[in-house]
Amino acid sequence: MAMLDLAGKPQAATFAADKVQSGAPDPVSGYRDFTLGAFRFSRDAYFATVQWPARGQLRTHAIPADAFLRAMMRDVAWGFFYGWVNFDHVFGTRNHYGKVDVYAGAFNGVMKEAGVDYTETFDTPVIMATFKAILHDWTNEGFDPFAAPEETGTAFGHKHGNNVAAIERTRIATRRMPGLPDDSPLRDDLPVNRAFLDVAQDEPEVHAEPGFEGQLHAFNLFKYLSRSDVTWNPSVTSVCGQSLFCPTTEEFILPVFHGNDRVEWFLQLSDEIIWDIGDKNTGAPRARVTMRAGDICAMPADIRHQGYSTKRSMLLVWENATPNLPRRYESGELKPYPVEF
Amino acid sequence: MTTSTPRTVFGSLDNYRKGGIEVTQGDARHYVFSNIFEVAAGSASYERVVVGKNLEYVVEAARAEGQSAWFTCSHDEFVISMDGEVRVDFVKLDAPPAAADGAVLAEPTGRKMGHVVLGKGHQSLLPAGCAYRFSAPRPCALLLQSKLGALSVEKWADICLH
Repeated sequence: MAMLDLAGKPQAATFAADKVQSGAPDPVSGYRDFTLGAFRFSRDAYFATVQWPARGQLRTHAIPADAFLRAMMRDVAWGFFYGWVNFDHVFGTRNHYGKVDVYAGAFNGVMKEAGVDYTETFDTPVIMATFKAILHDWTNEGFDPFAAPEETGTAFGHKHGNNVAAIERTRIATRRMPGLPDDSPLRDDLPVNRAFLDVAQDEPEVHAEPGFEGQLHAFNLFKYLSRSDVTWNPSVTSVCGQSLFCPTTEEFILPVFHGNDRVEWFLQLSDEIIWDIGDKNTGAPRARVTMRAGDICAMPADIRHQGYSTKRSMLLVWENATPNLPRRYESGELKPYPVEF
Repeated sequence: MTTSTPRTVFGSLDNYRKGGIEVTQGDARHYVFSNIFEVAAGSASYERVVVGKNLEYVVEAARAEGQSAWFTCSHDEFVISMDGEVRVDFVKLDAPPAAADGAVLAEPTGRKMGHVVLGKGHQSLLPAGCAYRFSAPRPCALLLQSKLGALSVEKWADICLH
């Protein structure tokens, strides 16, 4: 399921490149526009624009191109993730693991009440192919939508070149723990990020008795994270049944407002992140959580959250990948928060 | 490193700065907010205090100080040293543990597999069916990934913001 697929599980079987509907490059901006069901996507030098029908009118919403591409990069890289991926307060996707809702205004309290919202459901390969085509066309040379702003060039201007390498990074899937035989690799080949130059690069000592070589396994997790070449991208580093440790390095703003269909937990490993928490359905503010090194807290299943990290920081995202959880939370069998005390 | 490069701030048992929650609507308890260094500092040595719980799965914080008992578990677990040195000795048990969630105490009857020495930020696999024991020359905080078991201690009201 979603981005937290474990290594060895099959990815989406078909990639529906032939289902992508796009226009000719615009003579001025050079960008193509795209159609997905009743949604229309276009961009110009500054903005990505989404249009949809509601109450007999065409409705329009613009998002700055850099923010839009950062959000779409995560949605694509995560395979639509868990639950709701809000690009902003209007537009986003909801994963049904095989199908995906695309919505505008459906989780904005005011727009929903006014009836100007719209949702359409697509087979995952169709929306994935369309979103990837948009990313390819709209990401210019020199802009890496996976990077923090200080690390990359501008998303703005007319179409100039592309950045296929940045948006085609392979997802890290881990069966048990990185560095084990037949599992995901360590990151010794990647450079230490400029913000983690002071992070120790020593490895643990492993002393196996004769006959047990290869059965003991340890690695420097903080070193591994210091070499992460992307921001806000949870990647699995240990697997205990359905319990997945998915640490990531964070800088600037989480490009989406994530509303999960289950409880997840955050443990701040270094530095500091501030989380804006809103109601999952309406977006109304609920809380602002400040987490420093060693802090651990739950994100309940009825909220959406967006993180801010001034210095690149290390965050452990902890997920429970059990497949039937969304139904159990929606039915009320499970409360939205994980512990009562 | 230039002077403009900010320092990476990690926590430790004797140096952490807990964050907090500004509530607009709702109950701060629902975020189940604690700090693992504070929890480990305030618990008995090697007490496995649950700081994260997602149905049957847990994250536990413990203070390593001196030598622990031997533990075993029928499924994989993982440990991360959050602030200092800890040695983990492993024994391949002659009789594997009964299937159960979480760690239990063990008699280390079997062949020595070896040991690992973890520093700050180092993670080790605690393989299913092995016995393991921690030794720490100085107190340090451990983070354990496991399932809720017989040794898991829940004391949420003592550790969480409310």
